[in-house]
Amino acid sequence: MNIPSQILTLLVGIVVTLVSLWYGQNHGLLPIAASQEAPLVDKLFNAMMTISTGLFLIVEGIIIISVIRFRRRPDDNTDGPPVHGNIPLEILWTAIPAVIVLGISIYSFEVYSQMGGISPMDHSVAHVKSDKHFARMPGAAIAATLTDTENRNQQLQEEALDDPATALNRKELPQKRDSEGLGVTSPRIGPTPDKEGQAPEYVINVTGLQFAWLFSYPDTNVTTGELHLPIGREVKLNISANDVIHAFWVPEFRLKQDAVPGRQSELRFTPNKVGEYPVICAELCGAYHGVMKTKVIVETPEDYDKWMGEQQEVARNEALNQSVAVNPVELSNAEFLAPYASEMGVTTESLHHLHNH
Amino acid sequence: MTQAQLQERANIPAHGDEPKVTHWREYFGFSTDHKVIGIQYLVTTFIFYLIGGALATAVRTELATPASDFVAPDVYNSLFTVHATVMIFLWIVPAGTGGFGNYLVPLLIGARDMAFPRLNAIAFWMIPPAGILLMSSFFVGAPGAGWTSYPPLSIVSGKAGEAIWIMSVLLLGTSSILAGINFIVTIWKMRTPGMGWNQMPLFCWSMFATSCLAVISTPVLAGALILLAFDLLVGTSFFNPTGGGDPIVYQHMFWFYSHPAVYIMILPMFGMISEILPVHARKPIFGYKAIAYSSLAISFLGLIVWAHHMFTSGTPAWLRMFFMITTMVIAVPTGIKVFSWLATIWGGKLRLNSAMLFALGFISMFVIGGISGVMLAAVPFDIHVHDTYFVVAHLHYVLFGGSVFGIYAGFYHWFPKMTGRMLNEAWGKVHFVLMFIGFNLAFLPMHKLGIEGMNRRIAEYDPKFATLNLICSIGAYILAVSTIPFIVNACWSWIAGPKAPDNPWDGLTLEWMTTSPPPVENFEKDPVLATGPYDYGMGDRRTKVDVPLDDPRNPVLSAGPDSALRADPDPAVAAHPDDRQGESHNR
Repeated sequence: MNIPSQILTLLVGIVVTLVSLWYGQNHGLLPIAASQEAPLVDKLFNAMMTISTGLFLIVEGIIIISVIRFRRRPDDNTDGPPVHGNIPLEILWTAIPAVIVLGISIYSFEVYSQMGGISPMDHSVAHVKSDKHFARMPGAAIAATLTDTENRNQQLQEEALDDPATALNRKELPQKRDSEGLGVTSPRIGPTPDKEGQAPEYVINVTGLQFAWLFSYPDTNVTTGELHLPIGREVKLNISANDVIHAFWVPEFRLKQDAVPGRQSELRFTPNKVGEYPVICAELCGAYHGVMKTKVIVETPEDYDKWMGEQQEVARNEALNQSVAVNPVELSNAEFLAPYASEMGVTTESLHHLHNH
Repeated sequence: MTQAQLQERANIPAHGDEPKVTHWREYFGFSTDHKVIGIQYLVTTFIFYLIGGALATAVRTELATPASDFVAPDVYNSLFTVHATVMIFLWIVPAGTGGFGNYLVPLLIGARDMAFPRLNAIAFWMIPPAGILLMSSFFVGAPGAGWTSYPPLSIVSGKAGEAIWIMSVLLLGTSSILAGINFIVTIWKMRTPGMGWNQMPLFCWSMFATSCLAVISTPVLAGALILLAFDLLVGTSFFNPTGGGDPIVYQHMFWFYSHPAVYIMILPMFGMISEILPVHARKPIFGYKAIAYSSLAISFLGLIVWAHHMFTSGTPAWLRMFFMITTMVIAVPTGIKVFSWLATIWGGKLRLNSAMLFALGFISMFVIGGISGVMLAAVPFDIHVHDTYFVVAHLHYVLFGGSVFGIYAGFYHWFPKMTGRMLNEAWGKVHFVLMFIGFNLAFLPMHKLGIEGMNRRIAEYDPKFATLNLICSIGAYILAVSTIPFIVNACWSWIAGPKAPDNPWDGLTLEWMTTSPPPVENFEKDPVLATGPYDYGMGDRRTKVDVPLDDPRNPVLSAGPDSALRADPDPAVAAHPDDRQGESHNR
């Protein structure tokens, strides 16, 4: 290889690196970050975007250069050089991707543990037993001695059910009506390392059902269809589902957690930007999956307290069995779906047809 | 067993006294000839591709505007569910393995047929009923729970459509297992004398890896589907939480097959690209062993990555880390292949015909899908984009930009061999350009849509995503239109195209050493390896056709590809007779 081509390769390498570094920071693909956890994910994505841009430019560049430079000339019927391989080169291009993916893995692990995904002190997943479920089944007397086993899911579920707001929906929760639960606490995003061992500042129970989200605020009797959160306070969402699998997703928080019927899962995070963001169901949950969305409103603690006061007032004034704020479980399917149906041009008949399936 | 005994055994005809030329009527009946079955697979699956494409066009029509105004929401769910099922189970998997695998593997290894010709026919004849069954579900309420069919949704939504879906996929899975067993035995036992594992064409390596994967993982899917059928029809509670079942268990079982399934869909195309590039670049494949063994590595690693589909659903943290690392590691063998292909075309003499354009399109599009795959493996980022259009974009770059471009490259490359007619190159290029533009318009914007917050499987979406969705829909229409030049070209050329020579591309693998189309039982005389499959630029390839085992002309040649021709090229035996430096050629 002659000197000018080495210089050229070096220059191309520098340009590719600079372009990658620039694009990795300026791709403009991510929505605004509204939680303390979000910038961590964004930095990881930017790093991956930088590497990806470089790889993309190299591969597509080689293909384009080959197509132009090495295309067959019309009068040339000979073969190319018989190059079968080059061991050092092959080792090099095995080692480089290996190092890159190892690097990304370690970085992802770090980000994930900073978000609270890995908490070394938490053994709730590893040591849960499902005995209680069987013990509670009619006729399972033999298993009765096993009921002492600690069951985190059962505890959580009972805590959630003891809360008056959730108790309101109790009749409507099939898995809670018919089943004792699986004895599984679904893995989740837990406390960030600096808040390990501390209780979250706010706890809200989230229930997914076809086709709405319900948020109940413990100790307040308040159940709403919109999620209100005070800014800068760590919040824990206890997520469960009534009928089918849903997934709680707020793109601006970069957080998603499936709501699986029969399981309890948690998201712990700190919102840090005032605003309204969409809450989306990300897991296919039926015909009206696309309209299963609401919003999360992040507001100052004062506004939050004011809003909470109003809600409690409403809750006190109305009888508990009447609809509190938006409470779709009180409506029949047809009533609940009627507003969406009119928007979509669906007739009542076709709705009945749907539900009779 | 000695070579002579092997040869003697190989000479026993597999089909008795059948005629030596395939009659057109055989393509419509129960044939046991692997070439007939291969073409039956290809034509049948292509018809399903058109059906799946029509469903996709309907989906994109719905998504052209933010409102849900083209079809009812439940019909929309059925459209994308059946679209995905058709494309995966009735197009890519059977076209790649069943179609090209059946047609090419015996020819490439110099065998007269597959190991079990009747089993082969049975495997094919499960495809049309399964496809018709799936389509019939539209009359009773097609399945609408997505191609993943997660319970409890699949249990609580329409029963008849879901039951039909399960039956159909079970049939297709069974077909896939039978075909897989057949390929493993054929490749293992029926290579022509002198062809060791390391002289085998790379497509056979990839088919071997694919078949192992299919045989190991498909039964798990069958298990999951049978249990799901019990939950659906009998009222058991394997996956139904109302009776104490666990829906997450279904996800584990489903993805234990369905993640490897993406490798079942892409590995045969890797193999085909490895066959097509050296022929049209006129260079040996770069790093033969690296490409061959990386197929096995992908096959093995593919079995231990399934839970990356479940990062947000129900896997413990330590398990997420394990699956993140195994998923990322797959980038290494895949990268080896891509870099080897790039090194193969570098410095070659590229013939930019339609087959080559599709092969290059395959590499450049697959790389984008591969890169976004590594991003998705990173748990924190996957949590954000799981179940969004980013995933839709990624999987279409891998399965459309990868598998479908690969299938088309194979079509253009082997069409002369299969039909004895040449395809029209100009129309081939029109097809490529339209498809390339349509594909990128349809799927590139989906990356941005997903990251910004558009979830998948929704009939109506936030109006702020309207512009990008409209671009996607226009791309989808161009993509739909792009199949027209291909269909016209293929039908017209098959009937009235110019006659193809036996070896139109000057290939060195064994399928080019027989007539176009090959006779029943493939070879007039048993083929003998004179060169390796990719020894371009190393010798006079014209001396190779029909060299019998005991060829007195050249004992070195008949000794197989590990002999002299594999060593440094002899300037006296240059690629072309005109380039020879002297008359010292050892003939």
